[in-house]
Formats: sequence, C-alpha cells, structure tokens
Amino acid sequence: MAERVLMKGNEAIAEAAIQAGCRHYFGYPITPQTEIAAYMAKKMPKIGGTFLQAESEIASINMVYGAAAAGMRVMTSSSSPGISLKGEGLSYIAGSDVPAFVVNVQRGGPGLGGIQPSQSDYFQATKGGGHGDYHMIVLAPASVQEMASLTIKGFNLADKYNMISMILADGTIGQMMEPISFEDVEVEHYDKPWALTGTECKRKHNIVNSLYLQPEVLERKNFERYEKYKVVEENEVLYETYMMDDADYCVVAFGIAARVAKNAVVAARAEGIKAGLIRPITLWPFPKKVLRDAADQVKSFISVELNMGQMIDDIRLATECRRPVTLCNRVGGMIPSPDQVLQSIREAAKGGN
Amino acid sequence: MKTTQILIAGFGGQGILFAGKFLAYKGLLEDLQVSWLPSYGPEMRGGTANCNVILSEEAVGSPIVTDPDVLIAMNLPSLEKYESTVVPGGQIYVDSTLISKKVERSDVQVFYIPATKMANDAGVPTLANMVMMGCVLKNNPELTFDGTAETMQKLVPAKKANLVELNMKALEAGRDYAG
Repeated sequence: MAERVLMKGNEAIAEAAIQAGCRHYFGYPITPQTEIAAYMAKKMPKIGGTFLQAESEIASINMVYGAAAAGMRVMTSSSSPGISLKGEGLSYIAGSDVPAFVVNVQRGGPGLGGIQPSQSDYFQATKGGGHGDYHMIVLAPASVQEMASLTIKGFNLADKYNMISMILADGTIGQMMEPISFEDVEVEHYDKPWALTGTECKRKHNIVNSLYLQPEVLERKNFERYEKYKVVEENEVLYETYMMDDADYCVVAFGIAARVAKNAVVAARAEGIKAGLIRPITLWPFPKKVLRDAADQVKSFISVELNMGQMIDDIRLATECRRPVTLCNRVGGMIPSPDQVLQSIREAAKGGN
Repeated sequence: MKTTQILIAGFGGQGILFAGKFLAYKGLLEDLQVSWLPSYGPEMRGGTANCNVILSEEAVGSPIVTDPDVLIAMNLPSLEKYESTVVPGGQIYVDSTLISKKVERSDVQVFYIPATKMANDAGVPTLANMVMMGCVLKNNPELTFDGTAETMQKLVPAKKANLVELNMKALEAGRDYAG
C-alpha cells in the first residue's frame, strides 16, 4: 500500500488533478477553496503546467473553455458565489460538448452569504446552473480520499463523455485533513479528434461552438446530447449503502452530511431502531434505482442536507412518493449534529409510517 | 483504543491548529484513522481558533467534535464555551498562566498547567501549545509520548529542522510537569 499522508481536502483535489494529467488551472481565489489555487500556483510551474489567476471568475471559466476546446485536461475551482459567476461559461462549455473539470467547495448562501460549509448549490449543480438544457456529472466526495479519487474519476468521465464534471464539496471536506493515498483510481485517456490543435493543412478544420441559429439543427444537437446523458445515467451512477440490508428507515445524505448521518445510524441501531444510509456519490446521475428499490423495503426516508431541502425533491421523484420523506437540515454554514439526525430517525420510527 | 475526540481551543496565533496537526500526525504514524478539522473563519486572525481532532481504530464518521473526550483550553472564552461539552469522565487541560478560573465540573479529570509561563521559562515562548501537548500525551490513557520525535520530524519541513529540537523541548517540559 502506498504511504498514507495527511492532506487537506482542497490540496487532495489539486494533487489528484495533477496526477490525472491536468496541466492547466485557471481560477480566482475565494474561501474556502483557495488552497487548490495555492497548490497549483506552487506545483504547475515546476511541471511545465499553467497556473493563471485570472481577473475574475468569468474570465477564468472562459479560459477553461478555450483550453478544453484545444483538447487539454483543464480545470477551475471556486466556491458558491464564484460558481454563479461561472454559470454562463459552464453553459457554453456544455453547449459545445467539450470536457472540463470544475470544483465547487460550497459555502453558505444566497448572495455573498458566509464562508462556512453548505450544500445549498445542489439545485444549481444538478439542474443546470447556467441557461439551457444541459447536465453536468456531479460528484459528491465525503472524505479527503474521495476528494482525490473522484477528481481523477471526474477527469476521466469528462473526457469519456465530452461533458463538464463537477466536484460538489463543502467547506468542511475542503478544509479538513485526513490520511490519503494515491492509488485507487486509474487515469484513463481518450482520443480527442474534435480538438482545435491546428490542421497543419492535413485535415479539415475543427469547429467548437455553441451557436446554432437554425432551430432544426439546435434541436437535433439537444436531442443528441440527451441521448448521451441517457448513457451516462445508465452507466455512471455511484452510491454507497450502509446497514441497508434490514433497514426500516433510510437516511439519505451526501458529502459531509453523510458522515454525520453515519454516526446517527450507528446510534439508532444501538437503540434498536433499524436505520440505514444511502449515500449518493453521483448527484447527477442521481441513484434513482437504489432509492426506488429501497422504497419497497423501508417505511420512510430522512433526507439530511445542509440546505433548505433540495435533494429531497429527487428522493421523492425517485421513490415516486411511495413513502414519506422528512427533512433534517441546518443551513447558513451550520452542520446538523449526529444527535439532531438521531432525533429525526427516532421521530420517523415513532411515526411508524 | 476507542474513538477519541479532541478539541483544542484558544486564540489565533497560539498554535492551536499546529498542535492539532501534531496529534493527527502522531495518530497517522500509529496506523490509526484520523481526522483534523480547523476553524477557518475570520476568527483565526487574533480571535478564537479551534481545532477538532479525532483518532480512532475505525473509520472516522463525522469529523466534527461534538462531545470531546479531551478539551485543551488555552484561553478563558474557550474554557467557558466548551467546558460543558466534555463527556463525563473526560479530561480538561487548562493553561493556568492565561486562565485563572477553575473548572466547575466534578465529573471530569482536570489538569492545570502554566504552559505559557513554562514555555517562556524554557526559552521557547511561542510553544505553550506543545507544552500542553506534552502534558496531554503523558496523562491521557489513550495516547503515549512514544514516537513523538518521529512525529515532529515528519511534521516540520526539512529546511526548518532546528524547530524539531525546540518543539521537543516544549513537549518534554509538558511531559515532566509534576503539577
């Protein structure tokens, strides 16, 4: 086994990105993710890569668009308000079908909000964020190790499907240190015959573009893109289940909320309540099937989120509202305690739904 | 070893985060599962800073310390804020140079260490944090002083190697404090 080192979640993302072959980072600093930029600033010049602190988030996402169009492995990172600024660029990248890797280490919102951890950009990440019909692959790490492994996976998936993949983390996972080793995900390589690399007068020139003024063509582009999304939904869903085999009550949580929820599930089991946990790792594609199946087994669901209830809608859709879903949450930078989650599980059990 | 939740709290600039990092690295070298979570708000600039460290034989669930087994308080606001959160039977370590107040609870084990004064006396005035750590390692049944030098070497970058010795001096002063 490779040596375990202690790293901050943000640093783990940066190191994993470099190991995944990313040599171009464009960003603009914002708490709580600035360690990513700092790490890149230190390392990229030494390995022949580019670190560029742009004049704004809008500039940095468009630099990502340019490098992506040239077929480079490229990334940017920001936190909630900064991701909003990148929204237009994300839509252009999605509309051009080029791969890019984006990190959102979320903080409390809306507006400038605060700098403490949050999950309130779930809608923005999973339902669009920019304008138009598009999806990003959204990965939700719950540990520093996953910050690294899902980063490498994110680059792979982006190239495989010519899509944006986004790490949706939060201030806690970004700032915390845990032991980590770099060995568990393989870097994949994909040909990019569409990339703008110069024709050398040997081939027809490539065009990367999101402008289609003929509605028939634009419609076809959208249909084709959604055919691709269907393949992603069929093949790339990731989730973890914990103590679900005989569970009567299913807690659903991702990221840091899932870490807290796991403690609560253990505590509930100690009280004789059969609780279990489903942790979506991909938020898009959402793990619909495992939740649909769980609805045949459990009496109710408890969605634990650091927002006013966003993933809860996807749980209801996935389970077709066949079981009650309650919300256990804190917002604005607060994190529910294991006791608060336990209390929600107890209430579900008392309700006997 | 069970899961040990440790909360270190004090002013920004007292080396609260470094002390936590030291414990996390020590756990790592002992093949434990560890997590280290800092406060990262504006309070780090001279206000209150705190650091959550969890050491466990099993995978760490929530990295947030809610019920500390060990509280290390390096200023009065920290003691007042967190005294009530320590689990019964837990330990509270107090820097008695900076905190004259006594711990009110009787169901916890309390250690008063004049760490800031001891660090000054030992000629390492910025290392009261490590004096506290030395005392914690000696007195907490789940922790040990063994492997401390190795941990320091891992923690301190090679170009600042002279700091290893100074930190060890502070750690040993804390360990040898007889109360």
